[in-house]
Amino acid sequence: MPWAIRGLRNGILTTRYPRHPDPYADTFPARVTLQPHTETADTATLPGLCPTGAITTDRDGRLVLDQGACILCGACVRARPDLFAYQLGAETAALDRTALTVPRLPETDQAIAAVREQLDARVKALRRSVHIRHVDAGSDGAEEWEIQALLGPVYDIHRLGIFFTASPRHADILLVTGAGSHGMAAPLRRTLDGMPNPTIVIAAGTDAISGGIIAPSYAVEGGIGGLVPVDVWVPGSPPSPFSLLHAILLALGRLPAHHLNPDAPPGRPR
Amino acid sequence: MTTQHTATPAAPTRTVQIDVHDLNTQVLDRIAAGARFASLYATASRQDEGTRLSAVLVRDGHTTILDADLPTDENTYPSLTAELPAAFWYERQIHDLFGLMPAGHPRLDPLVLPLPAGTKRPRPGSRYAATNRLVPDELALPRRVIGKGMFTIPHGPVRSGVFESVEYLVETPGEDVAHIQVRVYAKHRGIDKRFEALDPVTGILLAERVEGIASIAHALAYAHAVETIAGFTPPPAAGYVRVLHAELERIANHLDVTMRLCDAAGLAVATSRFAWHKERTLRLTGALCDSRFGRGVITPGGIHRLPLIAPETVLTELAAVAKVLTADAELLMTTSSFLDRLRGTGVLDPALAAAHGALGPVGRASGMHDDVRITRPYDAYPQLPLPVPKRHETADALARTRIRFDEIDASIDLVRRSLEALANLTVERPGDLHAPLPAGLDGRALGWVEAPQGELLYALDLADGRIVRCAPRTASFHNLVLFHETFHTDILTDFPFIEASFALSIAGVAN
Repeated sequence: MPWAIRGLRNGILTTRYPRHPDPYADTFPARVTLQPHTETADTATLPGLCPTGAITTDRDGRLVLDQGACILCGACVRARPDLFAYQLGAETAALDRTALTVPRLPETDQAIAAVREQLDARVKALRRSVHIRHVDAGSDGAEEWEIQALLGPVYDIHRLGIFFTASPRHADILLVTGAGSHGMAAPLRRTLDGMPNPTIVIAAGTDAISGGIIAPSYAVEGGIGGLVPVDVWVPGSPPSPFSLLHAILLALGRLPAHHLNPDAPPGRPR
Repeated sequence: MTTQHTATPAAPTRTVQIDVHDLNTQVLDRIAAGARFASLYATASRQDEGTRLSAVLVRDGHTTILDADLPTDENTYPSLTAELPAAFWYERQIHDLFGLMPAGHPRLDPLVLPLPAGTKRPRPGSRYAATNRLVPDELALPRRVIGKGMFTIPHGPVRSGVFESVEYLVETPGEDVAHIQVRVYAKHRGIDKRFEALDPVTGILLAERVEGIASIAHALAYAHAVETIAGFTPPPAAGYVRVLHAELERIANHLDVTMRLCDAAGLAVATSRFAWHKERTLRLTGALCDSRFGRGVITPGGIHRLPLIAPETVLTELAAVAKVLTADAELLMTTSSFLDRLRGTGVLDPALAAAHGALGPVGRASGMHDDVRITRPYDAYPQLPLPVPKRHETADALARTRIRFDEIDASIDLVRRSLEALANLTVERPGDLHAPLPAGLDGRALGWVEAPQGELLYALDLADGRIVRCAPRTASFHNLVLFHETFHTDILTDFPFIEASFALSIAGVAN
């Protein structure tokens, strides 16, 4: 009984995301982006700033940033705040690996439209409650904390009809963390094989997307993309609970229309 | 809370070169004289011509490393485990990574990297390419269950619920837990070897991800090792910011344990309440530095930046969290359905804890009180005396929980004091935050820190400004082997309580 009263003491703590904006989600510095007008920069030495090789240059010497390889260490922002900045907003998930690249390639938008259509056909069957099976494929443990947070009172993923399940037999979504350790390759594959169709696979975190700073290593794949077919990519080291929630809702096509604009507010220098 | 430790600066680490055949006697003599076995690691020579074994012993705040070189063509050495069970997992890990054979080891099963016999091992320290694929081979693992009516319940590596991957083989006649085998290799990421491609400044990014829930502790232990080699002390402001973050991390970790214990006891409201407190703590850390895990704050030589929000804002939020948290903790510790599940559960025999040198809250609940913040203080801890902790020595999951709640109180106090101290310091130039590392650092050092899980060690070797060997030893690795020994009177349904009360990070065990 005392606990029941205690549970009422602080009122409703739960976010109203995605129906209503959440200030924490909107101001979370969840990724690094390029400042406007980087075309003129002398780019030759810039790739050396990044410990995970997320900064490269294209054929014309223009700067390219891969958010799927970025571990948010901030080295580039500290060294060249005129070129790099943190971008606010936790809505970082993408339906295509190339969509994590800044600037976006023109063909990416077309590819995403095709992926969206194909995904919509699959998730039609998942209109009601959805069950997630989480698998750790060599994470550092922080991703698990952020996923666990979704079950807490602040994010309360159950309010959206989304649940975590112990059995792959009940699962619709496979949420995978970690750089893809060789030892988890077979268990991960067996978990996916045990799931009924249709399935959705989410690569949660920079480690799961590209291996982050863990790769290259004799013990990891460098991302789980080579182990299972990935539908949604959510960067972050680790991705915050709001980013994970965004990824899940994006996969299910359940984001209200005002969330679908990929161009988030401009960055801020720090 | 009136008595306080007065800290003295930590004594420098002593390194003693010994003959490999004296390793056993040297280690055991020191333990007989009161030292605690803290680590055993190996380093292959750059040209892969030989291997050096290093045993770390700690006594009254003094750290000693015993180095023993194995000649080029020798891959056998006399095992420590027969006389010193605490070395059991260390020797298995060394066998997996280096191919060394400890003669007389009672059970040399693979631990972090099961490979078929004859496979070339990664051998951290040598120039052997770190990217050659090594895939764990399940066939290299033994499968045996001995005893009438005994069977094995395999649990994992894909767990039920949001957990890290680990495989527990529970050997049971039905209800009692006769024995547990822990298999961690599925998560092995080749961390030691990966360090070797990095420079000392970049290395901290990998350290932060060895055990992600203790990013600050890892960054600190690593930074301490680099700073010892470089021979400088971080500026005072950096010391306080480091303590601030380390203690917030401790609070978050202990709240995570509490949340898992409540979940195991089926207390839905309590689980939610502690999840909320934990979320607020992570958000506070995030507000301080843009990372909910404090990543990117610490750099070898100091810190990257001061807290991004005003000290008053931190203090107000912390006070608000502390108020509800303390009230919930008090209620929890009078909730009989919770206490009944913890009392007498997962007892770790104090004699065993002492022989093993059990670390952190797990050790403290069984009478092993060594707290690195007190016995080998670092950063601003010498200026921030810690309260002498109350003793809870029933050695069960309940004692471990009481200790964690006491530590949360102490941590809140430390955060408060470090913020106050920080406000009185002038920080104007970048040099007040960190000193740049000299180029081409050379040398070897041991860094330590009291992580939320217990003493964390980083053995670091630099040559010409590059990492040639970095061996993190987490408290999770050291304590996990004790997990075997805590099920004597317990049954299967006690498992989640014991697991949660040990607060192990598998990432930090499998590396």
